[in-house]
Amino acid sequence: MATTRQTLGTLGFVALAAAAIAAVTLVPLQDYTVHILVQTSTFAIAVFGLTVVLGLCGQINLAQAAFFGFGAYAVGLGTADLHMNFWLALLMGAGVALVMGALLGMTTLKLGGHYLAMVTISFQQIVTLIMVNWIPVTHGPDGVGSIQRPLLFQSAQAFLGVCVCAVAIIGYLVWRLPQTPLGRSMRAVRDNELAAGVAGINVYKVKVAAFAISAVLGGIGGGLFAGGFAYVSPDQFSFAESIVFITMTLLGGVAAPVGALIGTGLLIVLPESLRFLKSVPGLYLAIYGLSIILIIRYMPDGIWGFVQNRLRRWLAPPPFADPPAELMLAPSYASGAEQAPMALEVQDLCKHFGGVKAVDGISFSVRRGQVHALIGPNGSGKTTTLNVLSGIYTATSGRVLLDGRDVTTLPPHARTVAGLGRTFQNIRLFRSMTALENVIIGAEQPGNQIASGHAALVERARAALAFVGLEARAHELVTGFSYGHQRLIEIARTLAGNPTLLLLDEPAAGLNSTEKMGLRDLLKRIASKGLTILIIDHDMTLVTEVAESITVLNFGRRIADGVAADVLRQPDVIAAYLGSEPDAPAFT
Amino acid sequence: MDLALQLFFTGLGIGAVYALVALGFVLIFRATNVVNFAQGEFSMVGAYLMVVFAVDLKWPYGWAFLAALGCMALLGVVFNLGVYYPLRNRTFLPVIIATIGASIFLSNAVLALYGPQPQVLQGWFDTPGLQIGPVYLDSQYLLIMVVTLALVAFNFWFFERTMLGKKLQATSQDKEMASLLGIPVSAMIMLTFVYSAMLGGVAGILVAPILFVSIQMGSTIALKAFAATIIGGFGDVKGAIIGGLALGVIETFGAAYISVPYKDGFAFLVLVAFLIFRPQGIFGERVAEKA
Repeated sequence: MATTRQTLGTLGFVALAAAAIAAVTLVPLQDYTVHILVQTSTFAIAVFGLTVVLGLCGQINLAQAAFFGFGAYAVGLGTADLHMNFWLALLMGAGVALVMGALLGMTTLKLGGHYLAMVTISFQQIVTLIMVNWIPVTHGPDGVGSIQRPLLFQSAQAFLGVCVCAVAIIGYLVWRLPQTPLGRSMRAVRDNELAAGVAGINVYKVKVAAFAISAVLGGIGGGLFAGGFAYVSPDQFSFAESIVFITMTLLGGVAAPVGALIGTGLLIVLPESLRFLKSVPGLYLAIYGLSIILIIRYMPDGIWGFVQNRLRRWLAPPPFADPPAELMLAPSYASGAEQAPMALEVQDLCKHFGGVKAVDGISFSVRRGQVHALIGPNGSGKTTTLNVLSGIYTATSGRVLLDGRDVTTLPPHARTVAGLGRTFQNIRLFRSMTALENVIIGAEQPGNQIASGHAALVERARAALAFVGLEARAHELVTGFSYGHQRLIEIARTLAGNPTLLLLDEPAAGLNSTEKMGLRDLLKRIASKGLTILIIDHDMTLVTEVAESITVLNFGRRIADGVAADVLRQPDVIAAYLGSEPDAPAFT
Repeated sequence: MDLALQLFFTGLGIGAVYALVALGFVLIFRATNVVNFAQGEFSMVGAYLMVVFAVDLKWPYGWAFLAALGCMALLGVVFNLGVYYPLRNRTFLPVIIATIGASIFLSNAVLALYGPQPQVLQGWFDTPGLQIGPVYLDSQYLLIMVVTLALVAFNFWFFERTMLGKKLQATSQDKEMASLLGIPVSAMIMLTFVYSAMLGGVAGILVAPILFVSIQMGSTIALKAFAATIIGGFGDVKGAIIGGLALGVIETFGAAYISVPYKDGFAFLVLVAFLIFRPQGIFGERVAEKA
């Protein structure tokens, strides 16, 4: 089982780390070797930060050297000028990095990635400007000297032991992060922001968290670096250093701390052996720039990613031994009630894009336990309505009530927590993850009342996968599934979150006829469990077979609403679909 | 008051340079949905090429200018083939990182070839400038403003009035549809890179006599130009130009009245203010991702 594998992994890691710490502290080393190892270990911590923000969360940070500098200057100025305790100064540096990172992230992360790249470069430049020009505090270009080490670790090798220990601890945390709820959310955000939001993840918060973690690790690395070298100056924390950090991350492999360690080690040891390159100014960094382009082009997963892709087959976890549990879904309504309460009420909903009234004052409601369809010709406003309902667009006016609660102004993830689950017309899965991981993210939303703990999540996800018939392939990457199966995984992801209302956006689109029949049976099984469904589709056979009531839209307005069979006999519905008065009813 | 007026015109001059580089950013962004982080290095390389032809080889300025522009066009081709094209089907992050790599490569390759000493390029005119009332207009600043104005006019004519310009626009708006209509999309993107590299080069050559020709000039100009595109509204041609001019003026006033060493920091402050209060910029419209 996964847990024994994890325990074994942890034990192996602890043994390895203990051996490394013992080796660097007990075996006598040359000064030069200690120097290289201190640099490698402190840089590695900063690069771990990039593993989190770039590798896990897919956000770029081109100011890691600035955060590294915060830590280094805190320890430098703290111990040399203010005679502070080393650990206190280190803590202060990490704190400053955290606050700056969080602030920078909060102002920028609502926007796209280009902004972040440029803003982090600007930030980096400002920090360098301040380090050079604020002479009374930073000593300007002269830098800070006679930086103290902690009392117990005065010798270079003892301090190296501290650095390696820090690498081990932080490396372990970063290694385990992807399997924690926060780490999974980060990966979901990286793979597909929109789907992550709809799966109940607060995308903005997760991005800021990743950015702040990255900054803090930069600060810790920098603080230890200052202790190791006893002297810091502004040029050590310039934009060029940020690029070096990014290159280390990319070369080793962006997705795992092992990659960060490989990249850092290589890029510190290799240039040392190629020192002659530094005799020509610029040559060294020019080669860096060129290698970034080449790595991105030919080795997008880095060295470790390359190795890992080869190992994946042997490392895949074994299939589950015990059978999956039965999937429990939100009950339709308390038995004994006279009439089911409303699951969804849409009142006078409008969505205008400039002058275009895509949705123009539509109202309809869906009772608990009902299967309701929203149909209409192309461009009638169906998908816009769905996007307004799930919070991807904000309504121009009108109200949306979910279970009697007004959710009109809530962001997508909060609506998911409130009980809304949706799928997308063009499938949006987290493409770097297995089917099981995708569904676990769906199950993980805070509104889903299941037992806490990872085992319960896995249990829930397996039940949802089993419900759509794909539990046996739970550990496969989603990219290996057929289009139809990917759609089923998306539905399973939504069901795992235990929604009170399931929104399906053209689930039959792109499916072949056998898959469509499978989908129809699946929807009937979901309905028979009492879950409320709102479905949009063009496939009239599917709609008429599963839906009890229908709302018809045309040109953003509601033209009919009611029991399925009645609605489909109305002349204006037929006219909207066929463009003219037919002689005979089109749908029977 | 006279000083303020003087600063205003100086600011417009430097802002015109930002506007030109910003225009290069926007054109590439619209064609490829990618911000080219090496756009500033195009200016730097352009200025160095001008030094090579006009100072080292002692060619007349006109010929040196044309030769430098020719080399910039070539750089645009190589850049497209070497950096953008192989990654065109990947997400934006690898492309951004690759253009950053290219920017590091370009500036340091020039450093390795030319050494760290800044180069000096004389102004184009022997007459230093014009005195109009209280304002003294440096001839180089005047040249920059005139050329920028001419290029903006050319840009408008080219994109709005010529068939080739329309094809480029079609490519930037919907590549699939454009290719279905028989527009050679790869060639159009190539052309965009060539045009942007030349625009960047012109900006670098024009500003060279005012700043020193140095390795850092590219990244400094690029940061300002990017801030200008955000201030004006991302992806908007008009916004890039107005944003560039505004930034030049703000920065000149900041340096004169607040602090010289932190001159380069004002762009960042303005940028952050816009990101917080008006992220869509002056002219921009925020576009939601389609579900």
